[in-house]
Amino acid sequence: MGLWRAIARRLLLVGATIAVGGFLSATMVRYSPGFGTDERQLDARLSRESIEAIHSASAGQQNIVLYYLRSMSRLLTGDLGTSQSLHHPVRDLLAERSLITVRMVALGLAIAWAAAIFLVTLTWLLRAEGLEKLCTVASGLLLCIPAGAMAILLVLLDAPAYLALALVVFPKIQRYLADLVSSTSRMPHMITAKSKGLSETKLLLWHVVPIIRREVLALAGVSLALAVSAAIPVEALCGVPGIGQLAWQSALARDLPVLVYVSLLVIACTVLANSGADLLADERRELS
Amino acid sequence: MKAARIIACAVAALLALAGFSSSFSTRLDYSQQDRTHLSSPPSSAHWLGTDILGRDRLARLQRGTAVSLSLAPAAAGLSVLLAFAMGGCAGLAGGVAESVAKVVIDLMLSIPWLFLLLIVRAAMPLNTSPAASATITFLMLGLLAWGVPARILLARARRLRQSEFLVLARSAGVSPARLVCVHLMPNLLPVMEAQFWIAVPVFILAEANLSLLGLGVAEPLPSLGNLLSELESVLSLRTDLCSFSALLVLVLIVGSLQVAFIRREVS
Repeated sequence: MGLWRAIARRLLLVGATIAVGGFLSATMVRYSPGFGTDERQLDARLSRESIEAIHSASAGQQNIVLYYLRSMSRLLTGDLGTSQSLHHPVRDLLAERSLITVRMVALGLAIAWAAAIFLVTLTWLLRAEGLEKLCTVASGLLLCIPAGAMAILLVLLDAPAYLALALVVFPKIQRYLADLVSSTSRMPHMITAKSKGLSETKLLLWHVVPIIRREVLALAGVSLALAVSAAIPVEALCGVPGIGQLAWQSALARDLPVLVYVSLLVIACTVLANSGADLLADERRELS
Repeated sequence: MKAARIIACAVAALLALAGFSSSFSTRLDYSQQDRTHLSSPPSSAHWLGTDILGRDRLARLQRGTAVSLSLAPAAAGLSVLLAFAMGGCAGLAGGVAESVAKVVIDLMLSIPWLFLLLIVRAAMPLNTSPAASATITFLMLGLLAWGVPARILLARARRLRQSEFLVLARSAGVSPARLVCVHLMPNLLPVMEAQFWIAVPVFILAEANLSLLGLGVAEPLPSLGNLLSELESVLSLRTDLCSFSALLVLVLIVGSLQVAFIRREVS
């Protein structure tokens, strides 16, 4: 019953966060300098009536509360309007670009997780202190490079953009996994198992993995949120036409129709990933 | 590990000293453009060469380091103070205040703040002065990134609320303001200090990401972030290795700050 209540509470919070986050983004864009100025209004060929028609077309966005409520009701019907800067239906833009971002995030996360699990397992099995130190230094070094700079370096090396995403997320996963395994290896039952002569492989599979599996699942949620956040500079600087690049372009162009729905999408992904992680962490805390 | 921390502290101090010494040096100005030496390699006049506009890279690197190292700690300080006001005070008060603070903190933590920063920074006027853009960028970082420290401070304050000395102080009729200033703050100071040192490198990296997207500190004022945008010109012009000097300094500063301060607090 406690778990269901926690899930219901979490879902309520998720809905509220997405709605508030979307509204905040829309409000900031609405009140930004230059909002509502259409460059077509400077076109000398247009008559006064045409300019007034262009001006009145954006009048519906002046009251942000009404505009946001209208956007929410539009979301239910599936008609998301048209982008002001890209002159393309927002629904099509989101559908086309989401696929690219999902593919990039999935590949980046798969590489980061595979590399982190491989290195942590290898360090455990070999018990090599040198390798452990090398991993710590390498992940520490990667943590010092901003996602944007990582993206540029990868472009310089002609490497794909998802590799930049993997290199941004990898050090965080590797460090957390290594810390988890290290703290579990110091638990009393592990010392008993070791003294009974269990092999390193059995110790890892029977005594470490079952204990840390919830934390690892929680970390998976957090790493997804990290990857979505890092996708913005990576896509913008690597020229990947995904959601991150769309968010950047629409923020610069004050494109309210796109920004409202991109905000909702990005915030929904982050909130759902974080909430899943939190739920697992809470459950773990209650169990312990 | 102690030796590594001492070395890291020395590296951070040296870089900070080199950066702040630019204020007293009259050698070259960071914005002075030498049109006869565009993208020139290192020479006796320009030790790290010049950028595509003919500006001395070393002078810009020094000033950029000073800008980032003075504004990032200020933003971190602001963020920790806000976290204390929201998390610490709500944790001490308990009840409805604590529940409201928890919801607000969860909201702040749930929204991807790089995305939020992108929107807020893009909303600034295009003709913002360089000094104002630097202040606004770091101010926003401080105002938006208090969620994590607030959650930690709230948990600590809640634990302190039930401690004997606070129960005794409350029963003796100590005012809430005095409770916060005399009893709560000194006990939360070590946690606040730890959160401060965690935030400084995070803010330096966040500013770098924003600057690479053209939304950080405005030109001609340099920061460690906007100096990195020179890497983008490397893509098209394939200039010399000195273009990477800003990245090297950034890695050294962030790395040394992490080794010198963060690990110590965690352990």
